[in-house]
Amino acid sequence: MTSNPTLAISASGLVKSFGSTRAVDGLDLAVEAGTVYSIVGPNGAGKTTTIRMLATLLRPDAGSVTVLGHDTVREAAAVRERISLTGQASSVDEDLTGLQNLILAARLLGFPPAAATERAGVLIEAFGLKEIGNRLVKTYSTGERRRVDIAASLIVRPDLLFLDEPTTGLDPRSRSDVWAMIRALVVEGTTVLLTTQYMDEADRLSHRIGVIDHGRMIAEGTPAELKSRIGSGLLHVSVRVPAQRGAAGQLLAEVLGAPVTPDPDPTRISVPVADAGRAADALAALARSGIEVDDFGLGQPSLDEVYLKLTGHETPRPGVAQEEGVRA
Amino acid sequence: MTAPTVSAPVPVSEDVVRAAVSVAQRPAKASPAFASRTFAWRSLVKIKYVQDQLGNTVVFPIILTVVFTFLLGGAIAGSPREYIQYFLPGVIVVAVVSTSMTTALTLNRDIATGVFDRIRTLPIWQPSVLVGAMIGDVGRYALASVAPLLFGLALGFRPDGVVGVLLALLYLQLFTFCLTWLWMVLAVSIRDATAAQGVVYLLQFLLIFASNVMAPLHTMPGWLEAVVKVNPVTQTATVVRGLMHDTLTAGQLGSGLIACAALLVLFVPPSVYLYNRKHG
Repeated sequence: MTSNPTLAISASGLVKSFGSTRAVDGLDLAVEAGTVYSIVGPNGAGKTTTIRMLATLLRPDAGSVTVLGHDTVREAAAVRERISLTGQASSVDEDLTGLQNLILAARLLGFPPAAATERAGVLIEAFGLKEIGNRLVKTYSTGERRRVDIAASLIVRPDLLFLDEPTTGLDPRSRSDVWAMIRALVVEGTTVLLTTQYMDEADRLSHRIGVIDHGRMIAEGTPAELKSRIGSGLLHVSVRVPAQRGAAGQLLAEVLGAPVTPDPDPTRISVPVADAGRAADALAALARSGIEVDDFGLGQPSLDEVYLKLTGHETPRPGVAQEEGVRA
Repeated sequence: MTAPTVSAPVPVSEDVVRAAVSVAQRPAKASPAFASRTFAWRSLVKIKYVQDQLGNTVVFPIILTVVFTFLLGGAIAGSPREYIQYFLPGVIVVAVVSTSMTTALTLNRDIATGVFDRIRTLPIWQPSVLVGAMIGDVGRYALASVAPLLFGLALGFRPDGVVGVLLALLYLQLFTFCLTWLWMVLAVSIRDATAAQGVVYLLQFLLIFASNVMAPLHTMPGWLEAVVKVNPVTQTATVVRGLMHDTLTAGQLGSGLIACAALLVLFVPPSVYLYNRKHG
């Protein structure tokens, strides 16, 4: 590997198989220091396996990874001094309190007992957990647990933070809390590599996005680049009179040349649209034909739509998805 | 599990988080000894919180003592007082054996959740996880053995001397350290935490009851005697009883030590092998 000093992560030709399944199959990755990089993909695409290789937890079958200038296999110890990992599963001990979890993490980083307790207290407070800090983590909500989990990764601000699906299963409010934590870190200079199943999350947070499928990178670029490639997504329209929904659907299908999906809501329909300009045309056409529109919106494409667009097939079937669960 | 009712949590503020993460200087790396000590602390602090553990450690042996001594003691040994002399050393073995899987089950759970992944990305001497947990075990076993001992003394158990009792407790530490490796094999090979726990408890049950803890070997039919004889808990109960009553023969001690060595030889290599295969 050439070592480009501005790259926090540089991986080439990464391969990892479990049995006959190639979980990661020739993946290349370059992440600039100080940026947020999102790896997007459905269950089974190879996200977790990739992150585990980058974070020194798994040895690649082939290919090499340089993290912060160090080889992850030969110089794992040097890498570990500068990274933190918050795994997909909860990486906190449920039988300890939130505070004790942070004390544990702080001591393991080398803080003497008193300093560890103090540092844990500071983080508990900063993460809004002071009230419940002395309760066992098993009594926490998913969002609270995630906060402790991330706080434990930030006892000392790492140069590189790995977050494996940090918002999966969180309510919208807890999601935005996680986003705030990530932004705060980046401002301070931490590089963040996260995985997600949500295109909108990747779009909001990251400087670059890599979409992976069957362990391969199938699209890569800035959010704007990707959007121009896969389209803006979906136009959602709510008509004022439910009886007009049929007519509206027909018209939109004609103007946009795409199939219309009716929503369970009798006034709502959605239709794929390439860009915002086409969407405006379609709305104008509705207005001309006298169909009253109550509400409309341009949604981010869902991961399913991105996949359909990029690969021509739907997201991988569950048979493959289970392989991601293999903790190797 | 009851969810606590907390008013909606305070939203996380970007600025507050920034301030909190910007200050800390990275301290010097934790030494192997300090990391081990920290894991020992983790193990011991849980005794307080996990009622399950406290139940296993203290309550179960006491119930066992009461039930067997007073319900069956007369039938087995003529009188409860007679029986407790035979039975109580065995209860202490049972008490310690029934807490001996904690370290393995904790490791199993750590692997099943993400805890172990986090630990493995820390810049620490990795074996400190196990070394620390095993240091914690020493404390746990001491607690587990002292509770039934005190209870037994109150009920009329009369060991031969203090030195014998202390040696017996020390010997139990050695035995449970060796037995831990049996649980380790299961902990690193069974992925599902609930399944692992099920298998471990079933085996534990067999080890405890298919032994000479409750009744002497010679009272059993031949086939059972053959099974019970090779159970390491039997050897251990014999050694502990012998030390406490000062009747230990060299042969008994030898068998006990062989049982310990056999556990290590049989179960350390597969634990290490299975562990490395998964996490190499």
